[in-house]
Amino acid sequence: MAEQYTYAVARIRAKENSLLTKQDLQQLLSSPDYGEALRILSGKGFDGGGEFRDYNELLTKETEKIWHLMDELKVDRTELEVFLYKKDFHNLKSAIKAVVTNAPTEKLYISGGTVLPETIENAIREKDYSALPENMREAAREALTALLQTGDGQKCDIIVDRAALCAIKAAGQRADNEMIADYAETTVALSDIKIAARGNALGKSKDFMRGAMAECDSLNTDSLSAAAAKSKDDMLEYLALTPYSGAAEALKSSYSDFEKWCDNLIMDKISEQKSNPFSIAPIAAYILARENEINAVRIILSGKVNNLSVESVRERLRELYV
Amino acid sequence: MSLGMVFALAGAALAALMAGIGSAIGVGMAGEAAAGVVTEDPQKFGKVLILQLLPGTQGIYGLLIAFITLSQIGLLGGAPVNLTTAQGLAYFAACLPMAFVGLWSAIRQARAAVAGIQMVAKRPDQMGKGMIFAAMVETYAILALLISILAIFGIAA
Repeated sequence: MAEQYTYAVARIRAKENSLLTKQDLQQLLSSPDYGEALRILSGKGFDGGGEFRDYNELLTKETEKIWHLMDELKVDRTELEVFLYKKDFHNLKSAIKAVVTNAPTEKLYISGGTVLPETIENAIREKDYSALPENMREAAREALTALLQTGDGQKCDIIVDRAALCAIKAAGQRADNEMIADYAETTVALSDIKIAARGNALGKSKDFMRGAMAECDSLNTDSLSAAAAKSKDDMLEYLALTPYSGAAEALKSSYSDFEKWCDNLIMDKISEQKSNPFSIAPIAAYILARENEINAVRIILSGKVNNLSVESVRERLRELYV
Repeated sequence: MSLGMVFALAGAALAALMAGIGSAIGVGMAGEAAAGVVTEDPQKFGKVLILQLLPGTQGIYGLLIAFITLSQIGLLGGAPVNLTTAQGLAYFAACLPMAFVGLWSAIRQARAAVAGIQMVAKRPDQMGKGMIFAAMVETYAILALLISILAIFGIAA
């Protein structure tokens, strides 16, 4: 029922008031040093809920706050799977590598996915994949075998990343919500374009790129990988004919401009949720808005720590939701 | 008791029932949204309460129509009027506008009130506009009320 999230959306609407604005980011950018930037953030509620050692820990705690809020709002996690799979498949990659190299696993995992990291690790260790969700089993088996047989970490990453994209796409199709379906489709398409752009820069073959891409409705992966294998101009020409023609423009400039364009596209697509009073969509949009805001803060804080110029940091900043 | 009386009573019950259900759903829905806003900002209680109450009027209109009908057919005074089947059906028909419009307008008004409550969460100074948007729906509940009242008094005359 569309009215299911009336309480949650109203609360999210009130929460949106405390999202950082362009002016806040400007103030943060102009702060004289890292300490002052942290002080400004703390005034905006970015306090990590207490003690933290470095800004990465602060931002991890801020990300956790998003999911604590979702638990508090009693949002059905199955409706948000599309955002959780990133964590699951990241954990799968970490678990495979940790098991193969016998590395310590602390700090490798991200909590809050649909499967416990320990469950994933045990499944990999025991090579018993039945405890894993169905959409992960095949990828886990394939990626582990690839890493054991070839020792090629990149191959393992490609298998898992592709499985993650397929899982996101399937979750979008399952979701009874247009915005979530559109987000899943866009995420998969943009990831495919990223694969094409990187593959093109590194001179990878069509089959290599095609094998790494996940199917989506708005792009033809066959044509995209073929064009990317031919030349950059062919790839840009193909992209110009797709709904992602902006990607072609951004890629002409630089890869980092293209990544910025991708993030801005997602923010642009979800911006209409600011005036949608019902359904899961405004809640999902808030999750993305918070993650985007945390990334913006990460860019600024890392700039402060590394003494980068204000201008170079500003160029990397993405559009905000509010 | 005549069949006419049964029809008239069914009409009165329907007006109170459907408009009441609509208002209960509406006020409940708006209440959820209001609670969401107040959780984050308790100072907005007064503002969101007014918006929450807007979908409650249909229930009152339904009650009014049921009350007038019961009064016209003598059930309130303890002296039931001897109604023909046609007269009973006429009362039944007269209650329908309030019953149906009451149910739907309360639910639709609640959606507008929820949106208004969310607007207050972001822009408390715009509360008046939020109220106007929700109050627009009230027009149709009032029109239905008017037609039901005119019809009921018309039958009696």
